[in-house]
Amino acid sequence: MFCDVCKSKEATVFLTQIVEGKMQKVNLCEGCSKEKGVNDPTGFALADLLLGLGAAQEIEKNPLGIRCSVCGFSQTDFKKTGRLGCSACYDAFAEGLSGMLKNMHRGLIHTGKVPARLALALSRARELAALQQGLEKAILEEKFEDAAGLRDKIRLLESEEGKESKSGESNLSGGEPDLLDGPNRLSLVQTEDVPPNPGKKS
Amino acid sequence: MKLSAIIANTGEWLSGSGPHDQIVVSSRVRLARNLKGKPFPGWAKKAERVAVLDEIRGAVIQLPEMKEAFSEKLEDLSPLEKQVLMERHLISREHAAKGAGSAVVMNTAQTLSFMINEEDHLRMQAIRAGLQLDEVFAMINQADGELEESLDFAFHNELGYLTACPTNVGTGMRASAMLHLPGLVMSEQVNKIINSVNKIGLAVRGLHGEGSEAMGNLFQVSNQTTLGEAEEEIIGRLNKVIFQILEHEQNARQILLQQRAETLLDQIGRAYGILCHAHSITSKEALNLLSFIKMGVDLGLFPGGYRLQVDELFIETQPAHLQKGLQATKLGSEERDSLRAALIRTKLKKMPEPEIGKIPTTPPIVQSPTSEES
Ligand SMILES: [Zn+2]
Ligand SMILES: [Zn+2]
Repeated sequence: MFCDVCKSKEATVFLTQIVEGKMQKVNLCEGCSKEKGVNDPTGFALADLLLGLGAAQEIEKNPLGIRCSVCGFSQTDFKKTGRLGCSACYDAFAEGLSGMLKNMHRGLIHTGKVPARLALALSRARELAALQQGLEKAILEEKFEDAAGLRDKIRLLESEEGKESKSGESNLSGGEPDLLDGPNRLSLVQTEDVPPNPGKKS
Repeated sequence: MKLSAIIANTGEWLSGSGPHDQIVVSSRVRLARNLKGKPFPGWAKKAERVAVLDEIRGAVIQLPEMKEAFSEKLEDLSPLEKQVLMERHLISREHAAKGAGSAVVMNTAQTLSFMINEEDHLRMQAIRAGLQLDEVFAMINQADGELEESLDFAFHNELGYLTACPTNVGTGMRASAMLHLPGLVMSEQVNKIINSVNKIGLAVRGLHGEGSEAMGNLFQVSNQTTLGEAEEEIIGRLNKVIFQILEHEQNARQILLQQRAETLLDQIGRAYGILCHAHSITSKEALNLLSFIKMGVDLGLFPGGYRLQVDELFIETQPAHLQKGLQATKLGSEERDSLRAALIRTKLKKMPEPEIGKIPTTPPIVQSPTSEES
């Protein structure tokens, strides 16, 4: 395991702290732990150190600093508090956060509970993404029968979605050229990535 | 319902029973949720916090499981009342420090509590006695399911539930168990266990103080990651580790009995002597000695009927609980120490001396998780 600060030397100092049930962890090499003055693990907030690391790197990448367009929170605010301003901050600071989340967690994709009202849409979106991936692969490998089957499934899934959201009635597949035709097939696959019924969500 | 009426009784997690409750004091699961499109409490203006509070509190008190609930704004609770709730693990230290725009709602059994506008808009927890992580998760998961019918929680397709601190994003869940581990502390194995548990992404921490310095030999094991695993997987992993720690603790106690019975009896006997006769005792000393008495009850040296009184003393001797019946605004530490000693003397007055003849030669060994799972 590498040191969280210099990312080059082997970490030998493992600090763990839980404040009110919140777990904070930092792994440091000998040199960095001395430099950070980490002699007393109970005396400082590890999360702030860890979060500070991520935020500091991000600020270097974006010298002007980004702000969340919804709540006005800035990277500097994040570095100061270790907390975000609103849920939209996760998108505003996505780039800087992903590295930090990777260090903190066991994965980058939530696989647990989904609010019931979103569950159907989310499982459809995930299924659709998987089908589309399969379709691209089938086309690349010139397995056209598989591709045709996948395309039908995608259309079925999309039409179900369209029916439920009412607004997407007529824009499905009417005059679409066959995906399996000719040399421009990959670009056609690309258009499939765009939701066929853009009016469905506000 | 008044707070005084609620705190007059010990919570279910302390007085109730559950699997392995000799060693696993309590199990707790907490979920963090935020309302979509609203700034997190730390960044919100007061009016925004108040609006969030009204919306969430309205939904929480409608829950079928929250009939007869206690609900109060933090600004309307006295510092002493807040500290009592903290000592019972019903609100966090951070929440206790909050003023306007924050509130707490809890049920009379004190098994469910909702902190509104803590670090997140809503932190809700279920807590019960013994090793019951699956059960407390089911309880809080149900409340969450009911709440999401009227509250629009911030949820991201990839990152899951969005929280003010990135350390909680994903499930927003912190599952933990409080363990009493005097055997591992006495046999100096506890630091080794803490290190190995930390290496697999879970955390062990002294409830009051670190490592072998943990007061009362009480430790909390919890998950440290919230993203990338489903709630059930996290709890499953935690359960497995807790079973292993349980087994180690049982083994450590048995080895102590076989190899250092005199030391063990000496410690328990001294603890009994001091607690029954002291006239001034600090919180730290009280917790450490109570831990020996608790182990003595586990080993059958004291009648089982004293278990609850001993367990309650762990909470009742905490500073705010000592003062809760009193009008005095704040006692000095010397006054508290003598009050604490008096309380313990009263509670243990009728408790008989430890019966050394009752030392069991083969205490039950905890089943390993593999044989436990169906
Ligand atoms: Zn380093
Ligand atoms: Zn924001």
